[in-house]
Amino acid sequence: MTRIVRYIFIDILRTRFTMLYTLFLLVSTFALFHLDSDPGKVVLSLLNVVLMVVPLVSIVFTTIHFFNSYEFIELMLAQPVARRVVFLGEYMAVAFSLCSAFLVGAGVPLLMFGGGPGAWTLLFSGLMLTLVFVSLAFLSSVLTRDKAKAIGIALLFWFYFSLIYDGLLLWIIYSFADYPLEKVTLALIAFNPVDLARIVMLLQLDISALMGYTGAFYKNFFGSNSGILFSAGILVIWVLTPLWIALRVFTRKDL
Amino acid sequence: MISVENISKNFGRLKALNGVNLQLSPGRSYALIGPNGSGKTTLIKCILGLVVPTSGDILFDGKSTLGDWRYRERIGYMPQIGRYPENMRIGQLIDMMKNIRKPTQDTDEELIEAFGLDRMMDKRMHALSGGTRQKVSAALAFLFDAPVLILDEPTAGLDPVSVEILKEKVLREKRLGRLIVISSHILSDLEDLTSDVIYMYEGKIQFDDTIEALKRDTNESKLSKAIATLVRQRELIHSVID
Repeated sequence: MTRIVRYIFIDILRTRFTMLYTLFLLVSTFALFHLDSDPGKVVLSLLNVVLMVVPLVSIVFTTIHFFNSYEFIELMLAQPVARRVVFLGEYMAVAFSLCSAFLVGAGVPLLMFGGGPGAWTLLFSGLMLTLVFVSLAFLSSVLTRDKAKAIGIALLFWFYFSLIYDGLLLWIIYSFADYPLEKVTLALIAFNPVDLARIVMLLQLDISALMGYTGAFYKNFFGSNSGILFSAGILVIWVLTPLWIALRVFTRKDL
Repeated sequence: MISVENISKNFGRLKALNGVNLQLSPGRSYALIGPNGSGKTTLIKCILGLVVPTSGDILFDGKSTLGDWRYRERIGYMPQIGRYPENMRIGQLIDMMKNIRKPTQDTDEELIEAFGLDRMMDKRMHALSGGTRQKVSAALAFLFDAPVLILDEPTAGLDPVSVEILKEKVLREKRLGRLIVISSHILSDLEDLTSDVIYMYEGKIQFDDTIEALKRDTNESKLSKAIATLVRQRELIHSVID
């Protein structure tokens, strides 16, 4: 399996798309550092890039890549090899290449200019979001045989987690404003990896005071060791669950 | 060696395969023919385990292939469309395949040399023409001395010289006692290469016998004529029954 992963990884690194993605991250990170001398503020601006662009690029690129490799996946499956191996090999190759594009594009300038502990959290959330959305992309790819439909499902995932879910959450908080909602919203946030990454980042940057009493509650929770473990654990679940469902579908699927 | 036992495959309401029975034995080579959409590729994919039949079973040396993958060690497959990762080199692809299959004896690199692929090992897939990619697919199918060879439209897109190289290779393998299944629309290619004809139509096997038997039945001397006559006979029978 290592050689499958290695060669597909090298292949993806050489595609124009990954190069452009890396370049885009590099240019935007450098530009933000030149606009502002306070690394804390730069990390905050970068947060928006990470929360919107990274999931979108990961999910769309992975879906397109899956369908472009369809014939090649078929050929590999005609060899004496279990479907699981081919599937996980593809997953790892795509995930590694997108993660390294992110690490080079955002990580190198961040570490050069020194973003403090915020930079590390940002890199961690970026990598986790990449893995989560690559998993979701594999799920949308195995659910249908049609490339256009799969990209549609992938975009729907992105819209849902980046935009729609926040709207729903706000609506719930607003409608039930008379009740103590801290624990409920805490649970609801766990159902959206993007929100989870955002909250962890905001708390790390110490601007939770902007969120009032709720912010203090989160600070109390996420600031503690168990809170950090909780958020990291939930993100890992967000990586593994779609991947596991996709693997189960893929091993039974007609190609 | 391979026995297909009453398999059916439905894609939604479409019956791609409808109760197919086949016995494929070593040392024989089969021409799998039929119009577009008659179920040839679905049948091949079922044998390779890429498509799971709705009902029925496929036995390889008496053991069911459903849910198994080890039997594919003994199958060399050449797909109809060879699309490979764009930036992968020919050498990397071959190395990767060898790593997947882990051959115990020396690999058969005859076709790689005959097609001149050994001189372009560093070329990337996106730089290759469709015909060259087809040559890569062919070389991969023959690389591991597999006792069963399944070739899906092997000569489509190849230049005449390469077609001859490939045909000679198939004939040599045939003499070595391999089981060969070739699906093609180019009947003149099949005539020299195959000993048996499997004719499929609408997901069913309409004819499964030797080429001599087909020629005798239809009273024709050429395979292409014989098949045309067979198709006309079947249509006549169907129109009478309907």
